[in-house]
Amino acid sequence: MEATEIGLWGVPLAILGGAIRVSTPFIFVSLGEAITERSGRINLGLEGTLVFGAMTAYAMAVMTGSPWLGLMAAATAGLCFGLFHGWICKFPGVNDIAIGIALMLLGSGLAFFFGKPFIQPSAPDLPAIPFGGWSDIPQVQAALNVNVLFLIGAALAVFLWWAFRNTRAGLILRVVGDSSDAARAMGLDPNMVRLIATGVGGALAGIGGGYLSLYYPGSWTERISSGQGLMAVALVIFARWNPLGCFAAALLFGGAGALGPALQSVGITQGYYLFYAAPYILTLIIMIATSSPGRSLAGAPGELSITK
Amino acid sequence: MTDRFMLSRRQLLKTSAAGAALGLASASFPIGKAFAAAATVGFIYVGPKDDYGYNQAHAEGAAALKGIEGISIVEEENVPETVDVQKTMESMINLDGASLIFPTSFGYFDPHMLAMCTKFPDVQFRHCGGMWNKDKHPMNAGSYFGYIGMGQYLNGVVAGHTSKSKKLGFVAAKPIPQVLLNINSFLLGARSVDPTITCQVIFTGEWSLAVKEAEATNALVDQGADVITCHVDSPKVVVETAAGRGAFICGYHANQSPLAPEKYLTGAEWNWAKVYKMFVDDLVAGTPLPNFTRGGLADGFVKMSPLGPAVGEPARKQFDATLAEMMKGGFSVIKGPLKSNKGVVVATEGQAFAEAAIELESMDYLVEGVVGSTA
Repeated sequence: MEATEIGLWGVPLAILGGAIRVSTPFIFVSLGEAITERSGRINLGLEGTLVFGAMTAYAMAVMTGSPWLGLMAAATAGLCFGLFHGWICKFPGVNDIAIGIALMLLGSGLAFFFGKPFIQPSAPDLPAIPFGGWSDIPQVQAALNVNVLFLIGAALAVFLWWAFRNTRAGLILRVVGDSSDAARAMGLDPNMVRLIATGVGGALAGIGGGYLSLYYPGSWTERISSGQGLMAVALVIFARWNPLGCFAAALLFGGAGALGPALQSVGITQGYYLFYAAPYILTLIIMIATSSPGRSLAGAPGELSITK
Repeated sequence: MTDRFMLSRRQLLKTSAAGAALGLASASFPIGKAFAAAATVGFIYVGPKDDYGYNQAHAEGAAALKGIEGISIVEEENVPETVDVQKTMESMINLDGASLIFPTSFGYFDPHMLAMCTKFPDVQFRHCGGMWNKDKHPMNAGSYFGYIGMGQYLNGVVAGHTSKSKKLGFVAAKPIPQVLLNINSFLLGARSVDPTITCQVIFTGEWSLAVKEAEATNALVDQGADVITCHVDSPKVVVETAAGRGAFICGYHANQSPLAPEKYLTGAEWNWAKVYKMFVDDLVAGTPLPNFTRGGLADGFVKMSPLGPAVGEPARKQFDATLAEMMKGGFSVIKGPLKSNKGVVVATEGQAFAEAAIELESMDYLVEGVVGSTA
């Protein structure tokens, strides 16, 4: 390895690299949750799905030697969790938030239980595309080593943003999310739409988990998520249910998370606990700046239990 | 005041069961005498016991007891440092009949373990960390700990020889005395090779935060550090990330060489098997257990991972020589003249703190050459 002094340039570079490396699970979980919430349900269980997805992907990759099979297994597991949530919430009087919390605990618990034998072995990583080849600086090359999942996530955000407005499926999803009565009058079955939306959301969260265990940080441990699934669910509200907003918010969180270590590495070491709080302070400021007591949240689906 | 009259569910069950048993016993005969020689030892871990780190080191120690006649062990992992650990201890005592318990995480001691010590005066508790004080704490409690700073000094010696950029990196959890001593020892070991070496430290603020540890490792490598070590609960992420970026690694807690066989230089490991066997031998023999147990490399409480393939001949030589000197006893890592990285004199010319020196347990500084801050 060649050592190159990059000094203070390390900070913006780390924020950029961190945004790309750390944000991917946030992107997938928040896009999945955006689909679910647009249909009028909240699935808080995505934290559990994320952890279970991380375990499944890792276990499958260890057993088959293929990270892609691992990723598919994680998506399938996530789909099952999502469908279960969607199915159970169709019964009258069932609270989707309570079920979500139960599924969060169940998902983590099952992941810990089945994941025990897979903590020690090493799994093959997902491939990354080196976009930094133009630079001679190894730090730049490392920061621009972009995983394919990040690119897929970015493309998915744009696609969803377009699809919510311009496709039949997107319109059906939105009408179900905004008014069950109107949807029924149109001959739609809100429960079926929500079942599918929650299932797809779960599958995306499972893929996010697969990224955690198969790429970055790239190993299965029981502490792998440290609450990222929950944060991603909150990001959706922060992003006003807009897929492009979800993508931007995920990048922001990823980059802000890299700020603390990067500042310490260039010698700005006082008050690092405050730097670590940066993403949350930023969230608070944006929430306060964009909210108003006079109106409800712009863009909120009308059927969501938190806005009803 | 009301505490005295409040019964927990377990206590209520226990009391009523005892009442029922009393009624039974008066009518029949005493039972359970045959098991009097057997003892159960409980181990409580804060994380998963195969984490390539702190908890694995303890679990390996516990596993070493399994062959001993008449000893059975019970373990529970992922127990938070909250009232949960009290419940775990109670069930180990009430349900499994544990007579000796090792709560291995730092935060279990006060108030959790101390509360259990008063509640179960017949059970022995030994806590990993070294906070027991005979004036303040009950006699059925105790502490054990190892001086692993010496191991980090040896890590530093090898790192100093291996580094080309003369910059080392340290991913640390929290700025507590034990962590600071490890950071300082690592740098001083490296400076025994080349006094121009510096060590950059990044605190993550928590014992186990996978993503932040990976970010910290990346940031250190970005700044040119080419040998990385750490003090976090599970070094797995740090080791794999550093090796992925092409940096060398010195391990900590347990042997992480299977994770990066080419890049792993050596590592400072705990040898808890030795300590746990010592306690259990006393328990079997019926002699009172020591309340305050300490030891370092020379006592076999700490060991070094075998040197990796990347370690050169000069490094190997100095490693062996330094290790031999430590094994003789009386080796001091912190010795004058020495300044902190804020310029404060921490040891004057001729002043030396041996590994057991009590001053080292309240360390609140980073020595000159460490880039970082304790707050």
